[in-house]
Amino acid sequence: MSVWFWILVACAAGFLTKLLGYLVPRKWLTNARIARVAGTLTIGLLASLTVANTLSTGQTLVLDARLGALAAAAIALWLRAPFLVVVVAGAAAAAGLRLLGAA
Amino acid sequence: MPADLRHSPGVRVGLSVAVATGLYGISFGALAVASGLDVWQTAVLSLLLFSGGSQFAFIGVIAGGGGGAAAAGAAALLGIRNAVYGMQLNALLHPQGWRRFAAAQVTIDESLATSTGQTDPVEQKRGFWVAGVGIFVLWNAFTLIGAFAGDALGDPKRWGLDGAAVAAFLGLLWPRLRSREAAAIAVVCAMATVLAVPFVPPGVPILVAAVAAAGIGWFGFRHGPDGEGLEPDVDPYPDPRDRPGHRPGPPDAEAPR
Repeated sequence: MSVWFWILVACAAGFLTKLLGYLVPRKWLTNARIARVAGTLTIGLLASLTVANTLSTGQTLVLDARLGALAAAAIALWLRAPFLVVVVAGAAAAAGLRLLGAA
Repeated sequence: MPADLRHSPGVRVGLSVAVATGLYGISFGALAVASGLDVWQTAVLSLLLFSGGSQFAFIGVIAGGGGGAAAAGAAALLGIRNAVYGMQLNALLHPQGWRRFAAAQVTIDESLATSTGQTDPVEQKRGFWVAGVGIFVLWNAFTLIGAFAGDALGDPKRWGLDGAAVAAFLGLLWPRLRSREAAAIAVVCAMATVLAVPFVPPGVPILVAAVAAAGIGWFGFRHGPDGEGLEPDVDPYPDPRDRPGHRPGPPDAEAPR
């Protein structure tokens, strides 16, 4: 039940944030500092989510097959593969390494 | 004199972006059920939250054992750039009445990029609506397909779905790493996350990194040109070969990454 609650909170916050852009005065648009923070936040959060999903299991840091998934995804991105191919490469690397006995 | 609909570049680009983006809703659907959400919770996230980064952030925190509050916090913070997009699109399209609410819901990276990639105001409008509504429909359809498929797969680890989540986050981050400063911010936030993991509950390290990123953004601000990739409206098609329409940018945007 509590997950449902937080899902609805996230959805409401997401929509109101989008709507805010259509309602605030135009001059906010020219505030370069706000625009910059929105940009750095996006980079920081995505970097953090990448690392957290690669290395953390609960509160411990673990090196396992997910590290191989990260490497495979980086290679696919380097080769300019489309997003879906990158995701499949990550899954295949992790599943393959587990078949070979990695944790 | 705007082109008719069949020859409209805005419609054509909007449709191709909608198909390409809508398809990867399948990965969101599968990863969301692998993280522990049920099919309906997954569907509601695509329907109501409808912002790829925020949706992946929510399930990324849940998959790591984080609580709902941290998941919602990460999703909300990742959605802040959509407010900046909304301001840009409002100035460009001036939607009125109910259209304003519809426009807000389909304000995402791809609809903004499609719209601003056009030069003619009519095409900007068509590009935004075709990409936005097209992605909305396909993204939700493919989310459901992915969720049911993920449900049928069983043990997500056996299929490497945790590795797929890692790849998805790197794929979302990658096009933004186009300057040394952007890469430096990513490294600092990654290190902040690693350092925080053992000391705070799961999910919270992501919020710690958000504080660091916002601090760098706010206090590192200086007047003058920003680093490439730091502006919130990063073109999701930095490669000119993949780029829908054309958006003139600085020449170094074309440099190999």
